[in-house]
Amino acid sequence: MKNLIVSPSPHIHGPKSTRSLMTDVIIALAPAMLVSVWYFGVSAITLLVTGVVSCVAVEYLIQRFLMKKEPSVKDCSAIVTGILLALNMPPAAPWWLVVIGSVVAIGIAKMTFGGIGQNLFNPALVGRVFLLVSFPVLMTNYAQVDPLFPGAFSGHAVDAVSGATPLAIVKEGLGKGMTLSQIFAENDFSSAQMFFVRIGGSAGEVSAIALLIGFAYLLVRKVIKPHIPLAIFATVFVFSGILWLADPERYADPLFNLLTGGILLGAIFMATDYVTSPMSTKGMVIYGIGIGMLTILIRDFGSYPEGVSFAILIMNAVVPLLNMYCKPKRFGKEVKNG
Amino acid sequence: MSTIIILTVVSLSVLGVILAVILYFVAQKFKVVEDPRIDQVEACLPGANCGGCGYAGCRAFAESCVKASNLDNNYCPVGGNAVMKNIAAKLGMEVSEKLPMTAVVRCSGACGKRTAVVEYDGTASCMAKSALYTDSSSCQYGCLGEGDCARACKFGAIRMNAETGLPEVDEDKCTACGACVKACPQNIIELRNKGPKSRRVFVSCVNKDKGAVARKACSVACIGCRKCEKACPFGAITVEDNVAYIDFNKCRLCRKCVAECPTGAIHAVNFPQETNKQIKNDE
Amino acid sequence: MMSKTFPMGGVHPDDSKISANAAIEDFPLPAVAYVSMSQHLGAPAEPVVEAGQEVKAGQLIGKPSGFISAPVHSPYSGVVKNVDYVADLSGNKAKTVVIEVSGDQWDDGIDRSGEIKRDIVLSGPEIIAKIAEKGIVGLGGATFPTSVKLSVPKGKKAEYLIVNGAECEPFITSDYRQMIEQPEQLLIGTRIMMKALSLDRAYIGIEENKPEAIEKLRGYSKEYGDIEIVKLRKKYPQGGEKQLIKAVTGRNVPSMGLPIDVGAVVQNVSTAIAVYNAVQHNMPLVEKVVTVTGNCLPVQKNFRVRLGVKLSELIGHAGGVPEDCVKIISGGPMMGKAVYNIDAPVVKGTSSLLFLTRKETARRPESNCIRCASCVSACPMGLEPYLLGKLARLSKMEELEKNRVYDCIECGCCSYTCPAGIPLLDNIRLAKASVLKIMRSRPKK
Repeated sequence: MKNLIVSPSPHIHGPKSTRSLMTDVIIALAPAMLVSVWYFGVSAITLLVTGVVSCVAVEYLIQRFLMKKEPSVKDCSAIVTGILLALNMPPAAPWWLVVIGSVVAIGIAKMTFGGIGQNLFNPALVGRVFLLVSFPVLMTNYAQVDPLFPGAFSGHAVDAVSGATPLAIVKEGLGKGMTLSQIFAENDFSSAQMFFVRIGGSAGEVSAIALLIGFAYLLVRKVIKPHIPLAIFATVFVFSGILWLADPERYADPLFNLLTGGILLGAIFMATDYVTSPMSTKGMVIYGIGIGMLTILIRDFGSYPEGVSFAILIMNAVVPLLNMYCKPKRFGKEVKNG
Repeated sequence: MSTIIILTVVSLSVLGVILAVILYFVAQKFKVVEDPRIDQVEACLPGANCGGCGYAGCRAFAESCVKASNLDNNYCPVGGNAVMKNIAAKLGMEVSEKLPMTAVVRCSGACGKRTAVVEYDGTASCMAKSALYTDSSSCQYGCLGEGDCARACKFGAIRMNAETGLPEVDEDKCTACGACVKACPQNIIELRNKGPKSRRVFVSCVNKDKGAVARKACSVACIGCRKCEKACPFGAITVEDNVAYIDFNKCRLCRKCVAECPTGAIHAVNFPQETNKQIKNDE
Repeated sequence: MMSKTFPMGGVHPDDSKISANAAIEDFPLPAVAYVSMSQHLGAPAEPVVEAGQEVKAGQLIGKPSGFISAPVHSPYSGVVKNVDYVADLSGNKAKTVVIEVSGDQWDDGIDRSGEIKRDIVLSGPEIIAKIAEKGIVGLGGATFPTSVKLSVPKGKKAEYLIVNGAECEPFITSDYRQMIEQPEQLLIGTRIMMKALSLDRAYIGIEENKPEAIEKLRGYSKEYGDIEIVKLRKKYPQGGEKQLIKAVTGRNVPSMGLPIDVGAVVQNVSTAIAVYNAVQHNMPLVEKVVTVTGNCLPVQKNFRVRLGVKLSELIGHAGGVPEDCVKIISGGPMMGKAVYNIDAPVVKGTSSLLFLTRKETARRPESNCIRCASCVSACPMGLEPYLLGKLARLSKMEELEKNRVYDCIECGCCSYTCPAGIPLLDNIRLAKASVLKIMRSRPKK
């Protein structure tokens, strides 16, 4: 008779694998990718393809030739980083910018720490922030690009907002000494428009509904817990609401704050990155609140119009502390000297 | 302007003096009186904190040396006699020399010599394996081959031989700290006298099964036949629970037992090659 | 009514109760049987028979040694061949009485009629003495002597008796079959234990994936209104002692504590039936319902097996080891033990033999932890398996103790759920053993 296997329990394994989880994230990102392709056309496709290909290539090359071990690109995590990086770029960005971003994201933010699971900061965000700081003009150039179906958006106020995100317009306007009501009067920022699809913004943040569909998918598949995104949303809403009540002419209303910029993309896909988010639910809530607060602080009092990336990166640094001090609720009282 | 400077200087100086006074009293109050010899002894030690001496670390060992009335029960296996002499000199005590020891692996059941009966599929740990079952091969006493001893060794003296699946001890690196002995769930590794010129004779098997069972399980097992016991002129060999054991304090390295052993379970190491042949010819 | 459950953690493996519809069959008597003296937790029994002696079924052949121990009775009539050391399923040798079976003669005073006796004539202490005398142990797997569990220590008070019919492990159906085939015996057995604990209420917890069992037992609510059937959510490890107590009573057993610390006593369904047989029919514990199952087996069986039958005979009866089966497990796939020695005899703790194929049971290749916190969400004890596993590999005993590794119930949820295929429990289990050893060696304050 052939030899039996003997091993410690448990003898069966659940269906989840790193690869299946990453595939679920990619599926959840599909609506946002589709909207950006539909809306930004060829330039969005270029960004996405360049992002994915260069991230996977960089990871493969580093593991194969520098770390000299079996490449783990099959786990699909580099693909997720590539997509997220591409979705965080302005649609008019040149392809080589994405390649530089990928090298920084995978090479510096991920591989130098030891690869998947070891990195302290979200690779896609490190890539994006690196580009934002190094190529500020290219990274804030929200020039209009040709949509795939040119006729589809002719009704929108394309000319009125060409070139800048709503947040940048607000920041610029406030800088000129205008009041918010004046700015809003000049521009068409209806919530409905922002909810479904709007013009200014990076590839992934143009449609709130597409991102929310992805969020729902992740929750249904139990890929992420809702704590981090909900904590961020609630904090942004409450904190910006307080500021708005204090001075509606100086601070934008909470709904505007929620729907603009990268809040949705960041909260749903970047802040919930497994590796760089806390392990316990208590930690997750604190982490989410931190991101929300920092985002609004940067938006309303900092010099950048947008603060989600910085907020998430800052909170990434706090995660080890949160893991150390926010322990899950244990079962049963502890008995001393038991 | 000058008033501000004067004020700053004065207030800071006053603050400094007050804090210094407070610090002085705190330091006095919480002063820990420690025997300065502990530091001296610790400085002599290798500082590996391996625990081979039986204490938590080198510091704890030093404390116990200072407190003890003699050094008979304290021995640093890593530092050996040289270090112990140093310590004795520092403390004004006598120390008896101990023979150098080394770790010895008492199993030769390499792959091929034992038949595998089950497959193991779990974390690489002898402890985990031994908790599950007695062994993946026919011999339940033998080396489990997952390398707990190699991981326990702080001096890199043990490595697993991929071919045989057994650990190998590098005598030059081995300090006889005993970490591997504690790590081995099968109690295969033993600290033995290193012997003159590292020559030593030992039984490389711990199988307690009866002869026939042991032999069936492994071709190089000790079968407890007592031939070696009878052959030994110094009474150094005892057979208990079907397994022979050589008392290294009595063994004179004559190697008569090696020639007698029908399974080759008794190993003589570091003897010159010719002599080995000679013995065989003498038979 | 909502199903009750424990609040945190747990996983949902496919329940695979493919042998649920196989009625319990009597397993034929073997020619030679191997009755082990260590079939229970605690000190092994001391054999009281010699080679050549004739024995009857139900006769005492091993007397308990020590407070936590249990007697062993002969399940067969025949002649004692010898008393030898026989390897158990892990290969560890235990003193065993080998009996050559002939006929089926039962000892006097044992009632084999099978009629249902409802009146409980014995008093509380008499019941406990009877249970001890008949060698009843916890049949859920831990095999802790039942009489010890029913003797409430001084200063503690039993408030809840919970009979565990959760059977949350996938595949196993022995408890389920007994619940639907012997419902009244179960209820009377529960009442007997209520009397022993002087309680007037008891609970039987059953997972919702066994609606027939719940239905059937609730059908007796008129006669047995004092026993409440609690429907439990299908979630592993619902049948874990601490989890079950939490689900039924809402109380948390303290860390390092026992159920009795919160006034609870938990007994398994088959234990309750064994108690009934012992107290009402004078029947010692000599047989056991064992599920023989697996997706690779052509037939699924629930056997009533006398103790001492070799596992290999059970396997032979199920058609031998199938070609694609690579692992046989005694118990369930989550906590069961892989069988090392298929010639080991059936003991009191054997509840199932499960055959798994390589595809079902192969371990995943291990990759980096992606810190997804799946294990943290899955741990029913609120521990952080990822951290414990890492600390265990580094042998950081103090940190492990600080993070309460000793609370681990070894349910396997963490290893089951880990997407990176890290054998978390393998490492945590070892660390837990070492930490407990260190804690026990410490002088008590």
